[in-house]
Amino acid sequence: MALPDTVPYIDWRWDDLVFLVLAGVMLGAALLVVLGRDIIRSGLWLVLSFAGLAGIYALLGTPLLAVTQVLVYIGAISVLILFAIMITQSKTGPGALVFNRQWWAGLIASAIIVVLLLMSVMLTDFPLAGTELIPAEARDIARLLFDEYLFAFEVVGVLLLAAVIGGLYLAVKDDDMPETNVQPGPGTGEARDT
Amino acid sequence: MSQSLEAYLALSAMLFGIGMFGFLARRNAIAMLMSIEIMLNAVNLTIIAFGAFTPGLAEQASTIALFVIAVAAGEATVGLAIVIAIYRNRRTPLVDEYASMRE
Repeated sequence: MALPDTVPYIDWRWDDLVFLVLAGVMLGAALLVVLGRDIIRSGLWLVLSFAGLAGIYALLGTPLLAVTQVLVYIGAISVLILFAIMITQSKTGPGALVFNRQWWAGLIASAIIVVLLLMSVMLTDFPLAGTELIPAEARDIARLLFDEYLFAFEVVGVLLLAAVIGGLYLAVKDDDMPETNVQPGPGTGEARDT
Repeated sequence: MSQSLEAYLALSAMLFGIGMFGFLARRNAIAMLMSIEIMLNAVNLTIIAFGAFTPGLAEQASTIALFVIAVAAGEATVGLAIVIAIYRNRRTPLVDEYASMRE
């Protein structure tokens, strides 16, 4: 069954509808990540935000990036974040305050940044930009990655190795060092009574 | 709409703003790391959008975005390890409780 050229009843292109739906899902999920009270739900909304961005990558004609987004962000980074939440959430429980005392300053600063960015996007004309999407071939990306940018590729490999070793060094518990600043007893959940 | 560079750039700007607000306002260190990931995603979307609309740059932009994703993965690893190490010492993930560093 072939789809009609435009969306029935509202006369849009299908690409526009898909773009709007994906953008709405991505922005809404990102807002829920930032504003949500329960941090584990924030982590789960983050997965949905990454998935919306993967869809936008596919819409932009770079399916390789969409697959990489799903593999790396949804598959690896989100799981890492969820594990870290489960490790650090245990005793203190959800704090009564989600935001710090200067949240209004952060709101003003980020609103100014958004307005400035939107203004500069709207007021600039991009002379090189065409009106048609140019899809990126995976074969050409691979040729660039393993020919022209081979040195950078190897450096990224070394960087990831260093990140793994550094992460293990930081996170693995060493028994020699006594744990300071931890009050004994069952009430260790509240480290500071402020 | 989906065929214009400005729409993608505006979307990326809004996503960056959301991530920036989260980084500045949240108390939980892991929520701040999640906000950093949102901001990195917004930057990646900008790179891909510029590449997709400029003739001859699509493959270059995808390559740069792949590098950004790899570095972001390393950053998330080290950042979460630091948060876990501090949590083991202080028993709280809330950053405004980490007042002893300045004392």
